[in-house]
Amino acid sequence: MFLRKSPWIIHYDATSCNGCDIEVVASLTPLYDLERFGIINMGNPKHADIFVVTGSVNPSSSAVVRNIYDQMPNPKVVVAVGICATSGGIFRECYNVLGGIDKVIPVDVYVPGCAARPESIIDGIVKALDILEQRSREFKKLRVESQRQEKKLRRYRLND
Amino acid sequence: MTPIDYYIHLDNIHLKAAIYIVLAPLLGGLLAGIDRKLSARMQGRIGPPILQPFYDVLKLFQKEKIIVNKFQNFNVILFFVFMIFTGSLFFLGGDLLLVIFALTLAGVFFALAGFSVNSPYCHLGAERELIQMMSYDPMIILVAVGMYLVTGTFRVDAIALYDKPLILFLPGVFLGYLHVLTIKLRKSPFDLSMSAHAHQELVSGLKTEFSGTTLAMIEIGHWYENVLLLGIIYLFFSFNSAVGVAAMLLLYFLEIVIDNTNARFKWELTFKSTWVVTALFGAANIIILYFAIRP
Repeated sequence: MFLRKSPWIIHYDATSCNGCDIEVVASLTPLYDLERFGIINMGNPKHADIFVVTGSVNPSSSAVVRNIYDQMPNPKVVVAVGICATSGGIFRECYNVLGGIDKVIPVDVYVPGCAARPESIIDGIVKALDILEQRSREFKKLRVESQRQEKKLRRYRLND
Repeated sequence: MTPIDYYIHLDNIHLKAAIYIVLAPLLGGLLAGIDRKLSARMQGRIGPPILQPFYDVLKLFQKEKIIVNKFQNFNVILFFVFMIFTGSLFFLGGDLLLVIFALTLAGVFFALAGFSVNSPYCHLGAERELIQMMSYDPMIILVAVGMYLVTGTFRVDAIALYDKPLILFLPGVFLGYLHVLTIKLRKSPFDLSMSAHAHQELVSGLKTEFSGTTLAMIEIGHWYENVLLLGIIYLFFSFNSAVGVAAMLLLYFLEIVIDNTNARFKWELTFKSTWVVTALFGAANIIILYFAIRP
């Protein structure tokens, strides 16, 4: 229940024109002030809860996107910002473009727009909070279950 | 009798320690929340709720633990334990010198935690943390020496009950302490080692590799530390507890203003400026005091 109150984000620009990335940063400025929801731009995958990706994914950025995603501790959500991140946009047919971010990692919220407006980005992130909360409950259940299994294994000395 | 006087005169040592261990993180977290709110207002933003630091820490307890090697958490736990130990020594009225050495030990474990992982950002943060420790430690020891010269004792409870205002004897030491307080509270211009605002050069500095519960422990450890540092400010004004509390709050506000009006220093400037201030205000004050009170 506290995940909703303090989601920390990391943003990564896969291969966009940087327009959406600028809008993500703009939503952290005094005018929009994302911090009033407790949202901080962490810039560190190990501290982040929400992964905000802009731009379509290509063969060289796909490894980076997956790496950042894997380094984030559970529970986590992914928000694809901008039309390139959601589907590839006008670059969809390009020979070097794989498509949207969902070709590489599972995406939870799609925020279309070229460039996506800060209002819609904030809306998308706030929508992601619900999913984060749900994911947190699932994660807790999973953790309890895995601890139970571990205890069981230890009881029968099966862990080695 | 104010609550602080009541606390100082409390005879039950266990109760005293329990009060500190329970109340210090609550107070520290609340101060951090007020800090964030005021900073936001100074920047023309609305800012997070006052209880935001508590939400952050409680959230971190719900997150998955990612541990890259087993020494990492060991060092952080030692940092946390020694930080509580340091604060307890201080608030139980122990020896001020011992408090300072235990504080340094906690700092060393914190830097070791940074060195125990492989991330270059962690190493950079830990190196800067060590440089910061080198910068502020002489001044903090001078605080203890100055208080000893005036009151004739290192014991915190005796210093807190000293009836004359220490600030009148130690104005230079106090100014020097304010300078290193900015480093200890990890405020701009000295937020070199692990500032969240420096993420383009440092990622998260020292705490880059720490996540979940461990990161929460680092945060709570710093709340304990901040309360201890404000406690040292109180000693300068302990002749009157109302004045002491007012001074603590005022100086914390001053630190927030400094934080919001200064750009980050490079480590060389941090080191040099701190030692110059230490010599100019701290050491000079001690020397003058020594000749003034010599029989």
